[in-house]
Amino acid sequence: MDFLRPASWEEALAAKAEHPTAVPIAGGTDVMVEINFDHRRPEYLLDLNRIGDLYEWEVGEDSVRLGASVPYTKIMENLRAELPGLALASHTVASPQIRNRGGVGGNLGTASPAGDAHPALLAAGAEVEVASAARGTRLIPVDDFYTGVKRNALQPDELIRAVHIKKADGPQQYSKVGTRNAMVIAVCAFGLALHPETRTVRTGIGSAAPTPVRAKAAEEFLNAALEEGGFWDNGKIITPSVAKRFAELCSAACNPIDDVRGTASYRRHAVGVMARRTLTWTWESYRGTRRASEGAA
Amino acid sequence: MRVNFTVNGRPQEADDVWEGESLLYVLRERLGLPGSKNACEQGECGSCTVRLDGVPVCSCLVAAGQVEGRDVVTVEGLADYAKQRTEGGCATGACGTSLDAAQQWQAKGTDSQTGEGTELSPIQQAFIDAGAVQCGFCTPGLLVAADELLERNPNPTDADIREGLSGNLCRCTGYEKIMDAVRLAAARQGEAV
Ligand SMILES: Cc1cc2nc3c(=O)[nH]c(=O)nc-3n(C[C@H](O)[C@H](O)[C@H](O)COP(=O)(O)OP(=O)(O)OC[C@H]3O[C@@H](n4cnc5c(N)ncnc54)[C@H](O)[C@@H]3O)c2cc1C
Ligand code: FES
Ligand code: FES
Repeated sequence: MDFLRPASWEEALAAKAEHPTAVPIAGGTDVMVEINFDHRRPEYLLDLNRIGDLYEWEVGEDSVRLGASVPYTKIMENLRAELPGLALASHTVASPQIRNRGGVGGNLGTASPAGDAHPALLAAGAEVEVASAARGTRLIPVDDFYTGVKRNALQPDELIRAVHIKKADGPQQYSKVGTRNAMVIAVCAFGLALHPETRTVRTGIGSAAPTPVRAKAAEEFLNAALEEGGFWDNGKIITPSVAKRFAELCSAACNPIDDVRGTASYRRHAVGVMARRTLTWTWESYRGTRRASEGAA
Repeated sequence: MRVNFTVNGRPQEADDVWEGESLLYVLRERLGLPGSKNACEQGECGSCTVRLDGVPVCSCLVAAGQVEGRDVVTVEGLADYAKQRTEGGCATGACGTSLDAAQQWQAKGTDSQTGEGTELSPIQQAFIDAGAVQCGFCTPGLLVAADELLERNPNPTDADIREGLSGNLCRCTGYEKIMDAVRLAAARQGEAV
């Protein structure tokens, strides 16, 4: 095995171009487990720890450009206002020690259907910025990034530079089912974001299909129902039948399997419950801010 | 490959390191520092917790090559580390824990039950006083994690302590005495100021 230690982003891309089989290692919280257990013996490890750019984030007008290696702890501490869904999801990852090392770039690299960043990214709306020495930079919409179980849209010579995530324009929530609070890989998970500016709702489902997915039919149903009822303007409580139908459609978007963590039918059920709850939480919060701003006006 | 890094304030060099080796393996097998424990090698138990550039991490999940030029504190250096923190830095220029001293470090002193006669960090003393050590396998990781928690948050609530130590498993104590130990260390820290 060879240990490649590029000192800059350009050097990293050059190394990846020269050795396309090289396995990038950032926080190592996925890679090292595989090496420790002899599940993986890469020819080259490509260390990304020395590339400072990957640990930085920039808050722009509409989005946050989050460096691939920014650890979950930093997201929780610094980006709760801009990226509430991702900050909540980050807080559910493993333990403090793991959150101090692991980040969204590694979560995307592994592309596990159970990865906690994914539902939050899907719900918020995001693009993955990847680059190669040969072809430069391209932006992949996060919806197109997950291509199969633990597969993603990266080419062998590409690395993830950053993720561009839309800044929250309304309440966001993240919910996860597991046996306890810490150190739990999701049995299933659900992310929801209200986007009052566009009067839309977006979702993300984790661990209930071969890849992280959005519940698009559920989103469309809810968008139409909220529009028809004038809910965005009148700020009324969402009709129980609407919430129920939304939950059913979210369950229907799942394509889960039975495994050690849970059965397919439990996952489908739990996703529906989380969909209804997160909708209630976010909508209540939206109504609250509406009332507050009306009160101020 | 060779890895140069700082361990407990002193520069160290590890030779013949395999590229896929973990920091935990380097500490235990190359540098002879068995304080950091190896229980799971998959980040679940926290018994291998060390500080990497001040940040608590599972050393079993850090590749050896990643620590080149960086700063590691292990449980063997915790007493010195805590001392320097209270003294506001290193006055003599000869602080830190040498490899020799670290390899021989024991919480024994003149009385192995109470830790009297050894220099312990406040968190180590609190673990002994509260009876938070049974088999002791989880203890080094918990000490490193708890010490960092109190450094960051001198007055933690019970919820803060639980959250702060949620990456460390203990099969013996049921955690109550560990909670007591952290509360005790926090209270003593508060009195000292
Ligand atoms: C005990 C334990 C508990 C865990 N619990 C959770 C959990 O609750 N939720 C969860 O989502 N995850 C969990 N994980 C998995 C892991 O922590 C996350 O997937 C984390 O986000 C990985 O980030 P990392 O930087 O450590 O990745 P690494 O291990 O360094 O890399 C992961 C993958 O991404 C690739 N990669 C990394 N950076 C880049 C880049 N810039 N460009 C291209 N490829 C890249 C690597 O080659 C590798 O294939 C857990 C892991 C452990 C050990
Ligand atoms: S040995 Fe590293 S976390 Fe268990
Ligand atoms: S004292 Fe035995 S594992 Fe904690």
